[in-house]
This record gives sequence, C-alpha cells and structure tokens, in this order.
Amino acid sequence: MWEDRVRPRLFTYTGGTKMKGLASYWRLIPQRYNLIGTECNHCKQKFFPPRKICPTCRRHGEIKSYKFKGVGEIYSYTVIHAAPDGFEFQKPYALGLIRLVEGPLVTAQIVDCKPDEVEVGKKVEMVFRKIFAGGKEGTIRYGYKFKLVD
Amino acid sequence: MSILGITNDKMTGKKVAIIGVGLTKFGELWEKSYRDLITEAGVKAISDAGIDGIDVQELFVGSMSPGLFAAQEHIGALVADYAGLTGIPATRVEAACASGGLALRQAYTSIMAGRNDIVVAGGVEKMTDVPTGLAMTALMGAGDEEWEAFNGATFPALYALMARRHMMEYGTTIEQISMVSVKNHANAKHNEYAQFQFEVSLEDVLNSAKVAEPLRLLHCSPITDGAAAVILASEKKAKEICDNPVWITASAMATDTLALSDRKSLTQTNSAILAAKDAYKQAGVGAKDIDFAEVHDCFAIAELLAIEALGFCKIGAGGKYTEDGHTKIGGEHPVNTSGGLKGKGHPVGTTGIAQAIEATLQLRGTAGKRQVKDANIGLTHNVGGSGATAVVHIYRRD
Repeated sequence: MWEDRVRPRLFTYTGGTKMKGLASYWRLIPQRYNLIGTECNHCKQKFFPPRKICPTCRRHGEIKSYKFKGVGEIYSYTVIHAAPDGFEFQKPYALGLIRLVEGPLVTAQIVDCKPDEVEVGKKVEMVFRKIFAGGKEGTIRYGYKFKLVD
Repeated sequence: MSILGITNDKMTGKKVAIIGVGLTKFGELWEKSYRDLITEAGVKAISDAGIDGIDVQELFVGSMSPGLFAAQEHIGALVADYAGLTGIPATRVEAACASGGLALRQAYTSIMAGRNDIVVAGGVEKMTDVPTGLAMTALMGAGDEEWEAFNGATFPALYALMARRHMMEYGTTIEQISMVSVKNHANAKHNEYAQFQFEVSLEDVLNSAKVAEPLRLLHCSPITDGAAAVILASEKKAKEICDNPVWITASAMATDTLALSDRKSLTQTNSAILAAKDAYKQAGVGAKDIDFAEVHDCFAIAELLAIEALGFCKIGAGGKYTEDGHTKIGGEHPVNTSGGLKGKGHPVGTTGIAQAIEATLQLRGTAGKRQVKDANIGLTHNVGGSGATAVVHIYRRD
C-alpha cells in the first residue's frame, strides 16, 4: 500500500497555512476580521491585501491604513471539489475573486448559497466566518468570506 | 572582454550550447529517492555529452519544495556530493514550477559571463512521498500563502478562475480547452519517459472528475517524481568536443504579481508576454520563425494562455487556434510534442529542464515518432505559480 511507503513523521505534519504558529495568524487579525488594507495618499490607489510600498509611486507614495466597505461583485469564481488539508469537510465550496467597490480584487469563499447559485456579476457582501481549524494546537482561524446580496 | 566583444557575441547568438541531456522516467517512482533521481539524470547527461565528471565546473539545480516533499534542504551540496563532484560551486535555484527554467538560465548566465566552460543545469522533484493533501499544500506555496491559500484556494482553482474569464471574454469553450489535454496525451504516447503513455478522448476529458470548476481531472497535470539534467558548454568548448550542439540563442525571464488578484488581467500572462518579447529580441527571431515549442500546460487553460503570450495566435484566440489543429505535430506551431506537463508529467522543479531536453531532441532530429520535420528553431516557456514568474528560452540547430 502506498501509505506504508510514506514516512510516518510526514503524516503528522500538515504544511503551509496549517503548520504556521499562532503569531502569524494573530498579526493579521485586523486585516482578516475587518478587511483593513492600505491606501496610497499620493495616487489614491487602494490595496487589499495591504501593501507598504505603492507600486506606482514607490518612494514618493504615502501609505496609510484603509478600511474597505466589504461590498462588491463576483469577477470570477470556481467550485472546488479537490480541497487542500483543513478544507476537506467544506467541499464542494465556491471560491471567487470579488471586485470590491473601491477597486481591488479579493480572493475569498462565497458562502450561504448553493455553489450553482454563484454567477459572475452578482453582488456580494463580506461576512465574518470560521475559515478552518488547523494545526496541532487545533485553534480555529477566522476571516472574511462573502455572501450573495439579494 | 570588451563591450564591443560582448556585442559581437550576442550577434552570433551561438555562445552557449547544450551538449548533453539526461532524463529519468517520469511517474510515481516509489523505489527511487530524491537523490537517486537527480544522480541518475546527471550521470546520463554527462555520459551523453561524452565528458567526464571532473570537467564540470559548476552546477545549478532547480527544485521547488524538497523541504515539504522530502524534508530535505541544502540541495546544491547534496547534488554535488552524490554526483561525486564535491568541491565545485553548487546552487539550488527556486522559482516554484519555473525552478528548472531558472536553473538553466543561471547556468547559461555563468557561461555568458565568461566564468565557466562546462556547467550542469538540473531539475528534480520527488512528490509522491507525501499524501496528496500535503502535496497540494506544498504546491500552493507557489501562490500567495497568506491571502490565497489561507482562504481555501488551490492551484487548479486559480487556473479555473482564469479559465472562467477566458471563456467569458473570448467565447473559449470547455471543448477547446479539453483539446489541449487530448493532443498532449496523444504526443505523450510516443514518449518513453512520459508518465501517461496513453491517449484520452474528448469525452474522457469532459467526463472526468470535477477538480475546480470548470476544470476537471484531465485538465490538470499530475503529481510526478522525476529529474532532468543538461550539460551546457561555451562556444569554444562545444565546438571542440561536441558534434551535435544545440545552441541557446535567448534566455529571458520576467515577473508579475504573486497573487492572481493583483494582476491587471486574468486572461493575459504578462510575465510570459514580457519574457517572450525579450527572448525574440535576443534571438533575432519572431513567433512565426518558431518551429515548435514546449509550453507550461500545468492546466489545459495554461497552454492557451501560453500560445497567446508567445504570439502564435492573437490574445483570446488560443481556443480556436487549438481547435483548428495548428498546435498538433504537423501544424503551424507544434506545441508540447513531449506530451507537455499533462501527458509527460510535472515534477515541478524538473519541468523547465525537461522542456529544454525535448527541444534538444527535436533539434538533434532524434525525437522519434514525435519528430517535427525540419525543426531548426525551438522555444521553451516555463511558468512559476499562476504566472508570477515566466522563463523563455530559444534554441537553434544551425
């Protein structure tokens, strides 16, 4: 059996997002809970996820914190049937690129509907949800997802 | 070397040659370890070149994620050690799935710089020692871990997001996308090194399991073990010791944003467009001059994006171009004669070198049933992640 050929120590290890310690999660709580990104005061471009250097203005830029409204529309989407570790109990789930009204695209799950109700162009709003429970310590990670607006 | 000298070198376009190639079988190679694979490929390449190990002055090896796939880092020294070359400079190169292409570029650069005459460029990945879920997590490291993977994105999902837009904006059909898989499997059938030496029908592709809609299993390249190596030589050395050199006439690389969400377009791979433009300029050729190409079809939609970026057809016309048969062997621009990543397999760090090997075999005229008639100029296109890195090389026979 192929399982016998895999070194057992690798089975206890879940990799990537799930292996990271709590600090990496904790320091992004404002961004993930409240959709806080940044804005360049010089060219007014807004960034989510937050950037500390404006790629247009670079050293002439002036970056400050910016809270997004959390509303937008679906720009593209997929329905995931082969899920990574930590997401296997959610499948199938819809993942979209959401065009926020302020401009940026955000990668997020689209929830509270059947996957086949998801369509490009539909209006969505941010909701605060459990993303996954992961790591040896088993803590629950929260963040943003989006739901359809009637 | 004078500035004038460098200009003259560039004009001849024959400064670095591939003089030897070595490839392992691609597949689920449970009986072979990471170091077994790269050693096998390296030994084959050295013996194909007709040189001795002590002639090798430096090596570069592309490997994406040995830390996660095999719990092994420090790859440069490991490869030099097990190749019996301890002492020479040895560097691991990483750019996700473009690691191999970038290793080739580093080796090329070291010869162009006048530092070395014989350099090895290798690629290796051992992906089947871990369960599929972990392999997917490791591969997702090619994307944005904090803002894509955290939210449940997978690599098939990122390419599915691109496919959906391509279908919407240009009317590309799922059948056209599926024809990429059908063609590449048909080519892989004639490649003894390929993981999948069998054909699939359009119906097989369209009815395979859903992975990330609209993409299905047979739109996705597999998880693969395998290694590849090429020996590069300076012009002087190549002319001295090699009777069938294949010249690298361009080596270009470009980058784009790491996350798909930050791209200006989901339906154009700007890194590949930039790299192709630079490569054509270096080689003094255009898209119409390319006799065949190996492109990065990690997902079937990626081959359409590739042929558009390379200028084989207009942006958005990749589906129609494929449907019309122009990318088949015998067509206007044969693409992925080796079977591509879909049919041959995709050991991620190896792929860029394996592409260079297919280009070499085609230009030597030894590609067997996959041979493109009168092939003189070939191109390879190797992509990292969802397009954040693109490496393009151009090769010629005479």
